[in-house]
Amino acid sequence: VKSVAALFRRGFAHGIHPEELKDRTRALPTQRMPFVERYTLPLHQHLGVPAKPVAEVGQRIQRGQLIAEAGAFVSSALHSPVTGWIRAIGPRRYPGGRYEQAIEVEADRYATQRLSVAPPPNWRTLSLEDFGALLQRSGIVGLGGASLPVHVKYSLREGVKIKTFIANGAECEPYLTNDHRVMVERPDILLQGIEILHALLGAEQSIIGVEQNKPDAIARLRERIRPDQPIRVVPLRVKYPQGDSKMMIKSILGIEVPAGLHAADLGIIMNNVSTIAAIADYVASGMPYIDRMVTVSGPGIAYPANLIVPLGTPVREVLRFCGGLREDTREVLMGGPMMGTPVASLDVPIIKSSSGLLAFTAAQTARPREYSCIRCGRCVEACPYFLNPARLAKLAKARMYEEMKALQVMECVECGSCTYSCPSGIPIVQMIRTAKNALWAKKGR
Amino acid sequence: VTGKDPKLLVQPSPALKQRMSTDQTMRDVLYALLPATLAGIWYFGLGALLVILASIAGALLTEWVFAPPQTRGARLRDNSGLLTGLLLGLSLPPALPLWMAFVGGVAAIGLGKVIWGGLGYNLFNPTLVGRAFLGATFPIAMTTWSAQTGPLEFLHVPASNLALPFMQADYDAVSAATPLGLMKFEYQSTPLWELAIGKTSGCIGETSGLLLILGGVFLILRRGLDWRMPAGILASVFLLTAVLYLFGPDRYPAPLFSVFSGGLLLGAIYMATDPVTSPLTPRGTWVFGVGVALLVVLIRVYGGFPEGVMYAILLMNAATPLIDRYTQNRVFGKGLKSK
Repeated sequence: VKSVAALFRRGFAHGIHPEELKDRTRALPTQRMPFVERYTLPLHQHLGVPAKPVAEVGQRIQRGQLIAEAGAFVSSALHSPVTGWIRAIGPRRYPGGRYEQAIEVEADRYATQRLSVAPPPNWRTLSLEDFGALLQRSGIVGLGGASLPVHVKYSLREGVKIKTFIANGAECEPYLTNDHRVMVERPDILLQGIEILHALLGAEQSIIGVEQNKPDAIARLRERIRPDQPIRVVPLRVKYPQGDSKMMIKSILGIEVPAGLHAADLGIIMNNVSTIAAIADYVASGMPYIDRMVTVSGPGIAYPANLIVPLGTPVREVLRFCGGLREDTREVLMGGPMMGTPVASLDVPIIKSSSGLLAFTAAQTARPREYSCIRCGRCVEACPYFLNPARLAKLAKARMYEEMKALQVMECVECGSCTYSCPSGIPIVQMIRTAKNALWAKKGR
Repeated sequence: VTGKDPKLLVQPSPALKQRMSTDQTMRDVLYALLPATLAGIWYFGLGALLVILASIAGALLTEWVFAPPQTRGARLRDNSGLLTGLLLGLSLPPALPLWMAFVGGVAAIGLGKVIWGGLGYNLFNPTLVGRAFLGATFPIAMTTWSAQTGPLEFLHVPASNLALPFMQADYDAVSAATPLGLMKFEYQSTPLWELAIGKTSGCIGETSGLLLILGGVFLILRRGLDWRMPAGILASVFLLTAVLYLFGPDRYPAPLFSVFSGGLLLGAIYMATDPVTSPLTPRGTWVFGVGVALLVVLIRVYGGFPEGVMYAILLMNAATPLIDRYTQNRVFGKGLKSK
């Protein structure tokens, strides 16, 4: 009965149905990526302010040791993923293409690489505020995409009462399967994390939202939830962008979060399942955020995999571990295919937000011929935020940014559904990004 | 990753695209029109085929002449010129002199599209601009309807088709009033079955209602067509004429007759749905559809012409920017009542 009810659940409107393309990795157990020689750790791996280095060049460091502390409130700590030496602090190529200050660490190839960290104080003895401070020192950021330092969500405004905690296991981006593997392989640690956050927030209910294309994850979680745990799993329609927080809240609770407000203002906190598992790991052992799950896939990859990769590992090494790139690879993307960033060089490192590493060949990278907009309205019917992408693109071309602002362009989450659905091959979301950046810059000045 | 790195492209996400492209969308409409086109040619003979070809030739030639040389190939490949030519041909009388059909194609692309800035920028439906141009320029030829020919006369091309430019055309075929003309001037209805299969006189492509609907269903299934537009127009015409019919069954056309007669199906399924000249949002589409239906019924019942689909759509085309402005979607999370 419950699953029948779920089928009729109203979900969010609009959105798109791209091919899932998860078959090559969905059933592959997670593997560990071996250590390599050099690690590059950019100081700015998340939203907000870069971390501040606290280690010096030449210094000996242990795996898990703090090497940079949070630079401000919206910032997070950074730890060394290996035992070795700090070899340099300076500008290094960042996945997006620009240069960022980074710490370079050389691994000690004779070290055991055993993690030597002390567990944090018992969470039951902590207030939410103290727990938040602890999270900032753990280096954990939101792993669902936006990379907001995770403690920011847990510093609630005065008077806010959290009723619902949501674990986001939608993983709606095609190709990616690392959240899926966490739910299948580590349900207990995930549930433990939910329990901790639920208790600290004083929430009334906890919900795990999972897209229906992961029946094994849904079954596994339902099987592992203890009767005394106030947690339930809600299967969600397979639709992009189901994992967008406001869309997911609409799907699960039927609530439309007003523009300009955060979910927390309505008594809802949401975290990605991998983020929650990372929090539970940290609470249990004190392991800071130094390893991340990466789905390596795409037609250009010989041996796809779900990998645990130490942060800072060069993309080149990860690809080598997966059997290298096919010769006709034309593009390597970090993240999912809808919102990911193409990398300009294989020397960029895996960072905290690198959920996927996808290699595409000419068949995928060929862009359709661009025609003029024929006003077909497919983008209008795709936009989950009910914007008018066709109109916005036209205004962007004329650089009429203020008019775009009046049409609520700032509500755009850049999910890319408009570009995906455009038969004329117009890069709508990129034009909108450009306009938003221009508007941000103007505001900054 | 041994040896040389591949040359990496850096292009903005998303990396995935749905497969339908604009030229394919247009091609689908061409496929959808094929049955009705063949039926029209079958009913009216070889002359009808020549009219369609002349109209297409005029459209494509104009497209080619006015396209910048470097994008000429792309312009012709987007199939929109071909589609305009075909639709215009289908909306012409079968006995029309070929040179007029050619001029119509030139006017459709030249005045209907090129002059506005090309595909995507025109305010009015190019096909109907071409047809309105012909209607104003050659009012007699555009309202002279020939009867259907039998299979035996298939290869016979009427003399009027072959008239030299600017010369008097000789109409040799038996002329026949269209169902709407019969209705308007003689209060005489035509059996629904004949309308549905197309055994009536009229424009080449408008006669077979069932085949037009078949193509529309194909397009809706292929998502090449917004179902709301034909649904809105046809349902509104049906309801409006039903009301009139209830008041005077002897003076007003029956609702189903209204839906199947004249160019309504061709216009509702293939012309009002031209995305460039119709509203963007679903709500706007409904408004547009109801507006077209209202104007069609007004013109047919109270106007001087027996048929009004063309002007109804052109008038609503003019209203499209206004409709778009007032039917924007409510942005997610905006304008909610605060608690």
